[in-house]
Amino acid sequence: MIFEYAPAPESRAIVDLRPSYGLFIDGEFVAGEDLHKTVNPATEEVLAEVVWAGGAEVDRAVRAARTAYEKVWGPMPGRDRAKYLFRIARLVQERSRELAVLESLDNGKPIRESRDVDLPLVAAHFFYYAGWADKLSHAGFGPDPKPLGVAAQVIPWNFPLLMLAWKIAPALAAGNTVVLKPAETTPLTALLFAEICQQADLPAGVVNIVTGAGDTGRALVEHPGVDKVAFTGSTEVGKAIARSVAGTRKKVTLELGGKAANIVFDDAPVDQAVEGIVNGIFFNQGHVCCAGSRLLVQESVAEQVLESLKRRMALLRVGDPLDKNTDIGAINSAEQLARIRELSDAGAAEGAQRWSPPCELPERGFWFAPTIFTGVTQAHRVAREEIFGPVLSVLTFRTPAEAVEKANNTPYGLSAGIWTDKGSRILWMADRLRAGVVWANTFNKFDPTSPFGGYKESGYGREGGRHGLEGYLDV
Amino acid sequence: MTATATSARSDLSELGRSETALRTFLHGLPGVDQVGAEQRAAQLGTRSIKTTAKAQAIDLAIRMVDLTTLEGADTPGKVRALAAKALRPDPADPSCPHVGAVCVYPAMVPHVAEVLRGSGVHLASVATAFPSGQAPLEVKLADTRAAVAAGADEIDMVINRGAFLAGRYQEVYDEIVATKQACGDAHLKVILETGELATYDNVRRASWLAMLAGGDFIKTSTGKVPVAATLPVTLVMLEAVRDFRAATGRQVGVKPAGGIKTTKDAIKYLVMVNETVGGDWLDPDWFRFGASSLLNDLLMQRTKLTTGVYSGPDYFTLD
Repeated sequence: MIFEYAPAPESRAIVDLRPSYGLFIDGEFVAGEDLHKTVNPATEEVLAEVVWAGGAEVDRAVRAARTAYEKVWGPMPGRDRAKYLFRIARLVQERSRELAVLESLDNGKPIRESRDVDLPLVAAHFFYYAGWADKLSHAGFGPDPKPLGVAAQVIPWNFPLLMLAWKIAPALAAGNTVVLKPAETTPLTALLFAEICQQADLPAGVVNIVTGAGDTGRALVEHPGVDKVAFTGSTEVGKAIARSVAGTRKKVTLELGGKAANIVFDDAPVDQAVEGIVNGIFFNQGHVCCAGSRLLVQESVAEQVLESLKRRMALLRVGDPLDKNTDIGAINSAEQLARIRELSDAGAAEGAQRWSPPCELPERGFWFAPTIFTGVTQAHRVAREEIFGPVLSVLTFRTPAEAVEKANNTPYGLSAGIWTDKGSRILWMADRLRAGVVWANTFNKFDPTSPFGGYKESGYGREGGRHGLEGYLDV
Repeated sequence: MTATATSARSDLSELGRSETALRTFLHGLPGVDQVGAEQRAAQLGTRSIKTTAKAQAIDLAIRMVDLTTLEGADTPGKVRALAAKALRPDPADPSCPHVGAVCVYPAMVPHVAEVLRGSGVHLASVATAFPSGQAPLEVKLADTRAAVAAGADEIDMVINRGAFLAGRYQEVYDEIVATKQACGDAHLKVILETGELATYDNVRRASWLAMLAGGDFIKTSTGKVPVAATLPVTLVMLEAVRDFRAATGRQVGVKPAGGIKTTKDAIKYLVMVNETVGGDWLDPDWFRFGASSLLNDLLMQRTKLTTGVYSGPDYFTLD
């Protein structure tokens, strides 16, 4: 019997979109001149217009943050800062359906993920760091660690609200004020978050949101009034930021690209490993910096694992991000889609075998079918460059030492996964893998208590956990 | 390809001849990661089944119910009433399908047989010293033969968990083979009692053991121990029947039993079947629910879908 799931769309009526949004500076929305449209990548429908902030507007935002830091937020006792953060966390929970729907509309990710992963983690981050605000003396950074001042934060489009939470929660808990720039393709949830700051009566200027593209980001990062720069995004931009702040007093943390190895041994729990591979690369359309984009599978079980993986991939439901049964949503932008296509074509041209399950893609919008490449070697571009899309490269290995060697043979070092029933091998591997996060028999697991960050060209500094406070304290 | 499949087939049939071969095979099966299996089961549980899909799922679930009563207090009158309900679950709506089977103790089989004769509803009987299985083999086999002779066309046996947990796989295997023989033409469902096996690795091994020994169905539970059917346990069993068919070409059914009470639960199981083994198993011949109170909830939801309003439990028969 064929059991076809009827459409189960989440209602978008809960989101009350305004036709245009200003910048959030000093507690208020300020209109601007340079308006740009933001679209729903699943339909190319225009959702709203936002301002791309110029130098003068960025300057206003940084000044507002400075004043709030000196007059209100800096001097405020930690327990009072905590009250605001707890309040924000609760408001995020209360409005989580609205935020989840808006996130899916603006980003293209399936509602199942924005509802079950992004939003719960956003609230959890605020709750977690709210708890630290009055306990900084016990965080291991000396008896009375001081904040840095004004933090300039630039975040990517793959987890718009979650990356905002990763940045704003620890900064505020530590006593800093912030100017945050969301990505140009996904500004809307940050603007809704600004409304939540108003609703929480957060003092004006503590959180400022300036929307815009690369120029806005550059103006913000290079502003002399900024004490701290936090960036999540591509390695290319990360390097440019590192160059631009070199020689200044600014403290920098960078969370950049990755090309993680997901390593499957012959004694792995196969069915769960296959789930982990799927989750590793197809979660969020592969728009994940720590995605398990290189599958390293032991040669003796490669055939079996690939067969299971293909069978599983055929079940992935690609389509309307707001349908509650969708597993893979839309690619975030035409630009990103072009990059995924270019690298995939290069993979095929270089001789790797390309496979996708039969799946119908919607006509409008930006879509890419889940894809695997087999017969990939370390020399192929698809094995070396970050694709940031639903494309998996499959390589094989023979021994644990070879697995480590191949896994580490990349300029990146953000994450890795190990699948084996042997505990001692997990520890042996984890010691040798040069990656900030090593997952064992799971993948893409996040928790606010756990530090996250990279080795090598995946960046420096840690976000999350007690370690995440360090980047926002003068220590 | 055919050569490989045939040789794989003959290899497996040899396994039951030696304890060592059985042990080596069962312990060589890939392990199950508990966290991962539970996560996958929970994720499938978030599927949203609405409107036409829900209507389809409810009717299918009704057809898959093994309407069960296994009480010391069962009487001929009680089981006859249950059998009548199995034939026409919703007297108010003739379009409502009948259930898959009625499941009773062997002593009650003749009373149910009278009612079900010629209806297409199967008659299942528990046997082999259900629920503990703690009786000599001859007693278990006599129990089975008696149930079949009285008219049962499906036998739900329990495996010898004591022997399984002690690692005496051969003994478990031989008992299933003997019971299958005693069944004759009746279908054999093998109850693993997963709540007593405790680990998913054991569930996978017991599933394979039961299939290798010739079981037509593997079933989670008796309903008589605290932990009955769960989604992750059923997931592991579904993966086992899927892999078994790939290895041998023989399809084996799955029956979660105990603790499935609501339509919502039943739909989660159907989604899991759909996305683990596929449409081939979405049929009462290959998937059943061992349940009693589930049926009325399915009927209430069915009525809600057709009429748009909920009616209270008083509008549905108790048994």
